[in-house]
Amino acid sequence: MSRRSDVRGGLKLEGLVKRFDDVTAVAGIDLELPPGKLISFLGPSGCGKTTLLRMIAGLERPTEGRIFLDDDDITDRPAYTRDIGMVFQSLALFPHLNVAGNVGYGLRIRGAEKDRISSRVDELLTLVSLEGLADRRIQQLSGGQRQRVATARALALEPRLFLLDEPLSALDANLREQLQVELRLLQQQLGITTIIVTHDQREAMTMSDLVVVMKEGRIEQVGPPLDVYRLPSSPFVAGFIGRTNLLRGEAAGDGSVDVAGHPFDIAGEADRTGEVTLSVRPEAALLVVEGAPERNVLPGTVVFVRDLGELFECFVDCGMEEHVIVAGSPRDWVPVQQGAQVSVHFPADACVVVVP
Amino acid sequence: MSQQERPSPRTYGVLAFPVGMLVIFFLIPFGIMVATSFYHRIEGAFYEPAFELANWQRLFQPVFLERALFSIGICLLAGFVCIVVAFPFTYFLTRMRRRPQVALLIVVLSALSLSEVIVAFSWYILLGRASGVSNILVWLGVMNEAAAYQPSFAAVLLGLCYIAFPYCVLTLYPQLTRLDPEITEAAQTLGASPWRTFWTVVVPIARPLIVAGSLLVFVFTLGSYIIAFFLGRPEHWTLSVFIADQASANANVPFAAAMAIFLTVLSLLVVAAVVLVESRTRRLT
Repeated sequence: MSRRSDVRGGLKLEGLVKRFDDVTAVAGIDLELPPGKLISFLGPSGCGKTTLLRMIAGLERPTEGRIFLDDDDITDRPAYTRDIGMVFQSLALFPHLNVAGNVGYGLRIRGAEKDRISSRVDELLTLVSLEGLADRRIQQLSGGQRQRVATARALALEPRLFLLDEPLSALDANLREQLQVELRLLQQQLGITTIIVTHDQREAMTMSDLVVVMKEGRIEQVGPPLDVYRLPSSPFVAGFIGRTNLLRGEAAGDGSVDVAGHPFDIAGEADRTGEVTLSVRPEAALLVVEGAPERNVLPGTVVFVRDLGELFECFVDCGMEEHVIVAGSPRDWVPVQQGAQVSVHFPADACVVVVP
Repeated sequence: MSQQERPSPRTYGVLAFPVGMLVIFFLIPFGIMVATSFYHRIEGAFYEPAFELANWQRLFQPVFLERALFSIGICLLAGFVCIVVAFPFTYFLTRMRRRPQVALLIVVLSALSLSEVIVAFSWYILLGRASGVSNILVWLGVMNEAAAYQPSFAAVLLGLCYIAFPYCVLTLYPQLTRLDPEITEAAQTLGASPWRTFWTVVVPIARPLIVAGSLLVFVFTLGSYIIAFFLGRPEHWTLSVFIADQASANANVPFAAAMAIFLTVLSLLVVAAVVLVESRTRRLT
């Protein structure tokens, strides 16, 4: 085994394809993932993210392509020789073993001594804040505790890769957010290369160093979460990561775009010509009641207003295919009524060109 | 989550039919049999109502006790052999793709349509000297001359396992289908080969199922008498053969009834003992 640096767990995927009979789940993935980071595979169900993770784990054999872990070709290695830890969607805890039995299973399989197993189990249970629960049966644990047992079990052998397949999907919203933070802190503490599969963009934004957005078996965009949020490369990404307003228009090539007869200026990609789609995040759009600027404005009628406490949202009918959503914090909010005539201002630097 | 509610009158109404059927077709006949076991047998005729312990006293002869123990032994062995074959078979069956899985299941279950007489007779021929499997071995040059494998203990055991196998698969199949595949995958990501996974995860999880399956085979084969009669020598006959013999050939129904009750009680005791031991050890681990 070659080991070039101290940081382990660099992963490289080359032309990965997976076909099940006549269904193509993964349609050609090339990706290089840096060691020690947390990467999320994000996409709607059926986009191939879980299949991709399972191929990395060795639970699914790629139809084409190679997988390299720290420059070792592991494509043909069975799962049990791959040096990975995985948390499954169902958690897949062993119902016949107690907490300690589950966490220590991998060590027992490798024939570790009893003392070493129990001290390592204690260490891991402390790591996931489950001290003193070693003798509990799995059936006696809460959802959150089970999740922690699954995490501890996957980390027991200090794997090079830590894989999580929608690990929090069975938990309620509050607990999910709490565990997202905990898992992220744990990952940073251990510095272990981690891949998490999720369809929840908030989860991906909370936890990841790098987001891989997938659609129909292909990668749509790769980047740090905020970059992907601010500069989505396609309408799909813009719509999947957060909400967005999509405006169709004609670009003139001089930085101006005609949106349904209204003149717009755009900050980036000024030399683009022809049909374009602009993405404007709801919180970047502004509601103007009086004295609207001449450019980058659409007039419309307020259809619906909702006050979510932390957030104020206004749905405006501007004659587009969908209602324009404007969001803001309650502090700087202009009070408007349902049915009011308003203008929505889309500042030039907030208009991101997405193709097509 | 939901609290156990008191059953409503309607629930009792629904239960009335199956309970009634059980009473009419099981409890009452069983009661008649218990009564018959105390009746007086008239030599050369039939029997008449009476209360005598002669049938029961006759039962406690060494020959019948020895037959009873032999029956329990061979049927427990059949349960063991059957589960050893059926459990891995069913487990791998449930892991197969849908189409071959269904096809194989149909083949196994179609064996259920064969009557015990046909099964016994088929094995009688297959294991015989005249036209049995040994002729194929002779033809292949593996053996010098054809041999008879029946009557023998092994032939009886084989026959019992053969008739019980589909039932055993049927007991295991639904539960093994429901075994979450992610559990075995989890074991593999933790370094367990498929073989280790089978022994350290699948078998322990399915232990109650394994016990239930082998007990089913035990109880089921205990009632079989044609197999042992066809494929075994008298020393391989189970108590069921003697019961059938007494009831039909000797027309000694009271004695047959006593033996049948005796066998039922014995088998219940064995089942109770196994279940007790199983639940004990489960609590300890």
